[in-house]
Amino acid sequence: MRRRIPAIALNIVLVFIAITTVTPVLWMVSASLMSPGEASSFPPSLLPKQPSLQHYEALVDRLHIVRYFLNSFVIAGAVTLISLFINSMAGFAFAKSRFRGRDRLFRVLLTAMVIPAQVTMLPLFLMLKTFGLVNTYVGAIIPGLASIFGIFLIRQFAYSIPDSLIEAARIDGASDFKVYRSIVLPLCRPILFTLALFTFMGTWNDFMWPLIIMSDDSMYTLPVAIANLMGEHTPDLELMMAGSVVTIVPVVVLFLAFQRHYVRGIMMGGVKE
Amino acid sequence: MFLAPALTALALFFALPVAFALALSFTDFDIYALGNWHFIQFVGLANYARILETPLFWTALRNTFYFVLAGGPLSVGVSLGTALMINSRLARFKPLFRTVYFLPVVTSLVAVAIVWRYLFHPAHGLLNYVLSWVGISPIDWLGNPDVAMPAIILLAVWKNFGYNMLIFIAGLQNIPDELYEASEIDGAGAWRQFTSITIPMLAPTTIFVVMITIIGYFQLFAEPYVMTQGGPLNSTMSIVLLMYEQGFRWWSMGYAAAIAFVLFAIILVFTLLQSAIQRRIQG
Repeated sequence: MRRRIPAIALNIVLVFIAITTVTPVLWMVSASLMSPGEASSFPPSLLPKQPSLQHYEALVDRLHIVRYFLNSFVIAGAVTLISLFINSMAGFAFAKSRFRGRDRLFRVLLTAMVIPAQVTMLPLFLMLKTFGLVNTYVGAIIPGLASIFGIFLIRQFAYSIPDSLIEAARIDGASDFKVYRSIVLPLCRPILFTLALFTFMGTWNDFMWPLIIMSDDSMYTLPVAIANLMGEHTPDLELMMAGSVVTIVPVVVLFLAFQRHYVRGIMMGGVKE
Repeated sequence: MFLAPALTALALFFALPVAFALALSFTDFDIYALGNWHFIQFVGLANYARILETPLFWTALRNTFYFVLAGGPLSVGVSLGTALMINSRLARFKPLFRTVYFLPVVTSLVAVAIVWRYLFHPAHGLLNYVLSWVGISPIDWLGNPDVAMPAIILLAVWKNFGYNMLIFIAGLQNIPDELYEASEIDGAGAWRQFTSITIPMLAPTTIFVVMITIIGYFQLFAEPYVMTQGGPLNSTMSIVLLMYEQGFRWWSMGYAAAIAFVLFAIILVFTLLQSAIQRRIQG
């Protein structure tokens, strides 16, 4: 009985924070279904009087949203596939191969994580411009090819693979690549999936690099496209909300579907030392 | 062998650009050089000297520190508070709350910045409407130089707190229950338990969280880019936004590279400070 009042108070606070957290997202969805001007009335309307998909139609018909969606999808998908391959090989090598200076090299990489990506953006842009890669998918993908964080995650996980398993395969005459393919990759599947989610969602949401490297409207990713739409002419609120919904929904769906896998990545990254 | 692809990619697209950026920061690389690299001239530390003489840089630096030093602790505080509440034995529906609180983390920053731009609208924004219930008169969130940065901090905390909250929850669950049980036998109250068990045991987690938050917050860019373009009166101009504008709008790339290195130096100092604190705490 003594616990009753604190328990109720605590749960009320939790509910209050939850409402604060989801309100902007729910309002976005609701406003995207309103007719023009309806969301900027006073007092603010919370639900559309007559829900309509007209802004989504406008995005598709007039504003090339399908193109932006595909750009985002292609870039995020390619970065995910390629980086997963590259990072898993490196993570495996750092965990299980024996070569001189391995741990030192790994420490150097970890230390390099302090360098903010913005430092590399100016020269990277100039380099890619020299090779004619501005405004291309390749240019957008390049900075995401290898990630130190990804290598780190896989290394942590691959450590737990018993050495005896790898030794046994080697005695049976398996090559390094065979060991990687038929032992390490299958055993690392959970962490690979986690890293794939992280990479896809991170690249999908990335803003600054695509903003820099994509100068042509037809190559914009969704975040760049909606930021541009916002800046050029202050368009209808309801239209902007529809654009935001299209940008957010894919990653939210991915997160809700694979929450447990996603959270594992944060936990593993969080218990670093 | 297995390292070759990763190391090649990191060398070509990370290490080399960093070295190249340092070199760039000692040149007068500008829009003319962009057309023809023969125009590049070595200018030594002139860009760095120019940075120190530019009032806008100091404004950006002050704004960024404001964002980091006010927003960072607020964000970590909210994360810790929510983690403690969700971890409490009294809380119901824990997985649901955890998921809901985490939701903003996965959303696209640009999209939610657009949403919040409308929520902050002085006349018909939802926020002012809600505040009017408790008698607060309308605030011109993004139009008033004094509150524009707090508004951006509000968005950032809303967007980010769920991430650190998860890390704190993991840290809390790693504290052995026996410690609490033993202290209960010794007659320690809830507050005493919090100060002498939870806080010290959570110190490594807290240091980690503070470190990633500070590093991330120093890179403030998309929020002012989308919501205020650095205004009003440059009150939300950040270091990275300044670098972007100088480098990619005006093509003063030498100057922008110098700004990028100043940012790097600041982040480095904070990181070294953190690890010094960490070493002291851990013995």
